[in-house]
Amino acid sequence: MTNHWRDIKHADVILINGANPAEAHPVGFQWFVKAKLDPTKGPGAGGGAKIIHADPRYTRTSALADRYLRIRTGTDVAYFGGLINYVLQNNLYHDEYVRNYTNASWIVKEGFDFKDGLFTGYNASTRSYDISTWAYETEGTALDGAAGSTQAKAKRDRTLQDPRTVFQLLKKHYSRYTPDVVSSITGIPQDQFLEVAKIVGEMGRPDKVMTIVYAVGLTHHTTGGQLIRSGALLQLLLGNMGRPGGGMNAERGHANIQGNTDHAISWEILPGYLRIPAPGQKNLDAYVAASAPKKSDPNSWNFFGTNYRNFMVSLLKGWYGSAATQDNEYAFAFIPKPAVNSSWMSIYDQALKGKMEGVILSGMTATSIGPDSNQVLQGLSNLKWLVVMDAFPTTSSEFWHAPGMDASKINTEVFMLPATHWIEKDGSFVNSGRWMQWKEQVLPPEGDARHDHWILADIFDRVKTLYKQQGGRFQDPIMAMTLGYKDPKKPELDEIAKEINGKDLSTGSQMTSFANLKADGTTTAGDWIYTGSYPDAGNLSKRRNGVQNAQANDPTGMGFYPQWAWSWPLNRRVMYNRASADLDGKPWDPKRPGIQWNGTTWVGDVPDYPATMNPKDPAAWLPFIMNGEGTGRLFSNSMNDGPFPEHYEPVEAPIPNPLHPSQSEDPVAFLYDQAAGRPNRFGKVDQFPYVATSYRLTEHEHYITQQVPLLVGLQPQAFVEVPQELADEKGIKNGDRVRVSSLRGKLEVAALVTKRLGPLTLAGNKKVYHIGIPIHWGFIGVSAEANPDRSKYWLANALTPFVGDANARTPEFKAFLVNIEKIS
Amino acid sequence: MTEITRREFLKLGAAGTAGMALVPLANPLGFDLAAAKKRTLELRISGAKEVHSICPYCAVGCALIAYTSEVAGKTQLLQIEGDPDSPVNEGRLCPKGATAMQLATSSRRVGKPQYRAAGSTTWEDKSWDFMLDKIAQNIKASRDNTFVAQDANGNVVNRTEGVAFAGGAAFSSEEGYFATKVMRTLGVVHIEQQARV
Repeated sequence: MTNHWRDIKHADVILINGANPAEAHPVGFQWFVKAKLDPTKGPGAGGGAKIIHADPRYTRTSALADRYLRIRTGTDVAYFGGLINYVLQNNLYHDEYVRNYTNASWIVKEGFDFKDGLFTGYNASTRSYDISTWAYETEGTALDGAAGSTQAKAKRDRTLQDPRTVFQLLKKHYSRYTPDVVSSITGIPQDQFLEVAKIVGEMGRPDKVMTIVYAVGLTHHTTGGQLIRSGALLQLLLGNMGRPGGGMNAERGHANIQGNTDHAISWEILPGYLRIPAPGQKNLDAYVAASAPKKSDPNSWNFFGTNYRNFMVSLLKGWYGSAATQDNEYAFAFIPKPAVNSSWMSIYDQALKGKMEGVILSGMTATSIGPDSNQVLQGLSNLKWLVVMDAFPTTSSEFWHAPGMDASKINTEVFMLPATHWIEKDGSFVNSGRWMQWKEQVLPPEGDARHDHWILADIFDRVKTLYKQQGGRFQDPIMAMTLGYKDPKKPELDEIAKEINGKDLSTGSQMTSFANLKADGTTTAGDWIYTGSYPDAGNLSKRRNGVQNAQANDPTGMGFYPQWAWSWPLNRRVMYNRASADLDGKPWDPKRPGIQWNGTTWVGDVPDYPATMNPKDPAAWLPFIMNGEGTGRLFSNSMNDGPFPEHYEPVEAPIPNPLHPSQSEDPVAFLYDQAAGRPNRFGKVDQFPYVATSYRLTEHEHYITQQVPLLVGLQPQAFVEVPQELADEKGIKNGDRVRVSSLRGKLEVAALVTKRLGPLTLAGNKKVYHIGIPIHWGFIGVSAEANPDRSKYWLANALTPFVGDANARTPEFKAFLVNIEKIS
Repeated sequence: MTEITRREFLKLGAAGTAGMALVPLANPLGFDLAAAKKRTLELRISGAKEVHSICPYCAVGCALIAYTSEVAGKTQLLQIEGDPDSPVNEGRLCPKGATAMQLATSSRRVGKPQYRAAGSTTWEDKSWDFMLDKIAQNIKASRDNTFVAQDANGNVVNRTEGVAFAGGAAFSSEEGYFATKVMRTLGVVHIEQQARV
């Protein structure tokens, strides 16, 4: 989230796509309801914020919404694109913000174009783009700045009239997204779409603000990255980024998914979103040149790019201590350089190819998570060894004797290590709003269970000993890794928190800000975005000054609660908050200030800007200090499948793409099977006529709650939701057992016949039904034990395709084709 | 009717008779529900230690208060409830958070390290030492087998291609950081958690 949970109460309009917060984040949803019940919020004269929910399924979120739009799954680019077009055609954008706080006035290179569903530079054989034309026209030589972090100044036309300005190209691109086209793709009736567009359009007024809230309903698509980006473009046009009550707010689904993304349990990054180096980057200069954002305007601070080397060297110094020296580029060679994408699906793809020997799973079960659970089971069977660290048995620890598997033919050695869980250890959880909240250890470890990090520390110690005794490949990093803990086999989490913050090696003091990190080996920071969380005064995530004394603890009255826990970066509660104030430093809406200039300093939230930089100074930095432009990017070359989001159909779609049937799917979506020389397994609409989408229920969380009897009692049975009209056609009654099949697998579960899922009418008058599939069941847990024979066909992800998003390689869990039949 | 938060409620109790004087207004029948509820709560958590935690499920990050007591040298969990001081949840919890106690203490936990040999049809109970030694040997062997020091173009890449680590959307941040540090040091490139899935 750019903002945070409590901040949602400041919104006038709450646009929800790909999310169902009333059921999936019920306690967070209280802040939506507060906005709705607040008469000072809302469009026009107020009367309460308007909640607009676009979803294939009418959920409890829809029930509390002011407008519900039934939208076909995975078509949100068309919906947001239609809103963008409406805002541009009717001049409803926030003019001052767009001109000064976005790259609307940047001029794009001659040669850039979009035609028949493709941007310039596409290579069909590699399924990738040459992005050399996705760039700005420049003048002169590279701007001054840190090595590797600048480019030549981009040309601008501040009148926005030049046909090659980002603004004009954007307008042209989205002019195709008329209400008629939006309706033909999404299934949303034109009149309903226009009613919503009118409400949304009003949010371009400086005294109004809208938030966009989304969850995995946007991310879990082959077009996931661009679905989110299309929402972000709308927010930039309306001037809503950086403002209380605004922003792009991802509701994340696991207690610490945010913290562990920040700390880079993710193949493509190092802690703090530093890119993993690539082959060919021989030294830090080459790494920074390839990775750092490039300053393209004299008034752009480009803080991230400017400091990239400081952050990287401080990380390396923290990890490798005295072995990281100026002479060896601070042990840059110790960091592995992947040749190819190594994300979640790639692990099992490599296992299918016989190239993956061992997998360690900690609190994640590959079998249930999928996609394509049957193929994942095959991958697990191909491994030499599998380690599962978990508090409970999982569908992965038990995969080798799952229903239908022949254990005697599976040669994977499996280790099940009983791990402690959250309540048996301390440490922080970072919530969706970036709040790092410390938790205390409540209970001692149960029985023989051990902490995950102690298990890893112990394994590392044993591996290190083996290398010392036996020798082996490249031991240097293993010998050099710092273990500055009281007991290297049992590091305390508070000690690690201190290491993450980093210190000044010359004074021994904890760092207080990442702005002070250096590239000369005199500072450390395990994760620079957490620098400041643990100064000499102590671990700030333990602070607990909350609503018990609102007057003292919320001095601005805006709900920032700066002394409750700690929020990255630098305890800032709303990211990009310079953009919450106008050019002179006055809040766009004085009733909802983020930060403001008082003549000598910025006050309010922790400013995302130099604290004493006078906004009226001609040399003042542009508002978005983290990127090269200094402005929000309506056009960006950072996406693999285009500078502007475009609607593409899922790989399994009920209709050809109405915009460009010759290029129906995302041209860069990653087809794992095809790339590996295996046949693609995608079904066609004649055999699999229904659109399926998967989702979660209030009473369950992924798969672990199958171990909690009270929750299984509340939601005991695997089921799918079937629209009433389709059930009538098929003779399916509520409670009947049905078989739902895709080209990859099947489910056999109970049917819940519902009016929550209705038909949609798409281009060519094509009528389409959705089948709704909750993900929570499998062959492990309380339900499965009560139904051992039936649980074999309860894995929802047996149905889902093995295909990845063009940018993030996120699997397509949310839009695929199935058939359904009654089991007689 | 105005809701009384638990914290205010306890304050009312602490205020003694002055607090009790409010009761007839809230309960015109004169039956002192609030006092009865308070008494039940007090019995349950009387003398208990208040420990602060965060809900283990979604990423709203609801703050929890856990009440424990020491019985015969063993820590017993008495109750988990929402923390009224939190600006995130203000004491509220959903069905999952409200049943967190049943996740916290469960007879369904894996009791001992379990080992399943290649081709075997059963688990065997093994010691931690057996397990960790064997895992360390496997990691070393797979690392040595699949380590690429230089790629075909002569670039130094120092990567372990045949070992993957995935996990941890519910372990503490500091554990996650430590896992990243260890895995990257071992040269692991396939490192993932729940963010994509």
